[in-house]
Amino acid sequence: MAGWLAPDESVAVNLTVNGEARQAHAPPRRTLADALREEGFTSVHLGCEHGVCGACTVLIDGAPVRSCLMLAVQGRGHAIETVESLCDGDDLGALQQAFDDNDALQCGFCTPGFLMLIEGFLRLEPEASRQQIVEAVSSNLCRCTGAVGIVQAALDFQSTRRRSP
Amino acid sequence: MKPAPFAYAAAESLEEVLALLGEAGDDAKLLAGGQSLLPLLAYRLARPSHVIDIGAVPALDAIDERDGRLRVGALVRHAALERCELNGRWQAVREAAALIGHLPIRMRGTLGGSLAHADPAGELGVVATALDADIVLRSVRGERTVPAAEFFIAPLITAAAPDEVLVEARFTAPAGGFRSVFEEFSPRVGDFAYASVAAGCRVDADGAAHDVRIALGSVGPTPIRASAAEESLTGSALHDAAIAECARMAATACDPSAGDWHADGEYRRALVASLVERALTRLRDTP
Repeated sequence: MAGWLAPDESVAVNLTVNGEARQAHAPPRRTLADALREEGFTSVHLGCEHGVCGACTVLIDGAPVRSCLMLAVQGRGHAIETVESLCDGDDLGALQQAFDDNDALQCGFCTPGFLMLIEGFLRLEPEASRQQIVEAVSSNLCRCTGAVGIVQAALDFQSTRRRSP
Repeated sequence: MKPAPFAYAAAESLEEVLALLGEAGDDAKLLAGGQSLLPLLAYRLARPSHVIDIGAVPALDAIDERDGRLRVGALVRHAALERCELNGRWQAVREAAALIGHLPIRMRGTLGGSLAHADPAGELGVVATALDADIVLRSVRGERTVPAAEFFIAPLITAAAPDEVLVEARFTAPAGGFRSVFEEFSPRVGDFAYASVAAGCRVDADGAAHDVRIALGSVGPTPIRASAAEESLTGSALHDAAIAECARMAATACDPSAGDWHADGEYRRALVASLVERALTRLRDTP
């Protein structure tokens, strides 16, 4: 039978991040977002910390999820992906390049969340229409550049992936 | 925006959940998908002494249609409900699931969590009310079912006792061509709805409506069944005038004090009338 973890008890939490096994240490109340940042995955940005802005979006078993709305201990046994996994070696990955090409960012704070949101959404719905992409992008907030460039980047990335999946 | 400290245990079976609930006392919270609980913890609106994670409990994630009922396990995620194959009888369930929050919320959020959270804007509670769902609750004392009409008591308050866990919802709808739909209005996709409507009916060979079901969300402390509006349409053909009269009656079923600074009571009533009209027209015009 599973035992209780005390409120202040820091426990080892085995996480798989971008294919790599990591052991975080966290008390029960630590969010997955905070635990990932403490493990060095500082692409996980925290805007609102209550599930509204989407800046902390990561993939859990391939699905886009808000990591501020998960406890670190809930991440055990799941495959987690962050923006670091999108890079092509030292170069930008195709989705990141599409953001650059379409001026889909200004300050960049929300960008990692948008990248993981779009990556996850297009894995689920590779043939999504423009309208479906617009709705998916509305999950996250961007306070400086707006959604037009982001939607265009997603469309460009979708056609790139169609050509060379 | 960090949760206050709590003790935590991850249950691996339903029996374990019940045992842990017994150990934790009245100040425990169950954690499933966490999409309502985690924001409450972050705001410290909820400060439970104990959190019991039921996310890995097996056999609570089935969607199963039998004996005229749709049984949905507590851990079925909204994204799964939205994508499952259901016939027109249960279409309101699927349409409602697709309108819950945003994609990342639906990836984690669960049916049981949504019903147990009992937010008056919660889409699935409105469908449960329209489709006479029985809410199945389990405790060490045994299992009992509570009709949706009695399950929702007030905003964030349900008939579930502190030692009970919601394991399943059983939606009910008549056989013989009954169909259901869901409509809501929110200012932006993914926002809390200002008003929502789950509606269903069966249309006989003469074009008359029977088994009319209409429930309203976001316009009172709990989902509301618009019984007088249902009766007004029963036996009548679904022509525009009958639909308009039914929509008008449904609007009067709303709690006029349900308004807030997002949308006042009168506006919400007007939305209900439009949404009922839209839902019934769709039931009439879609083959």
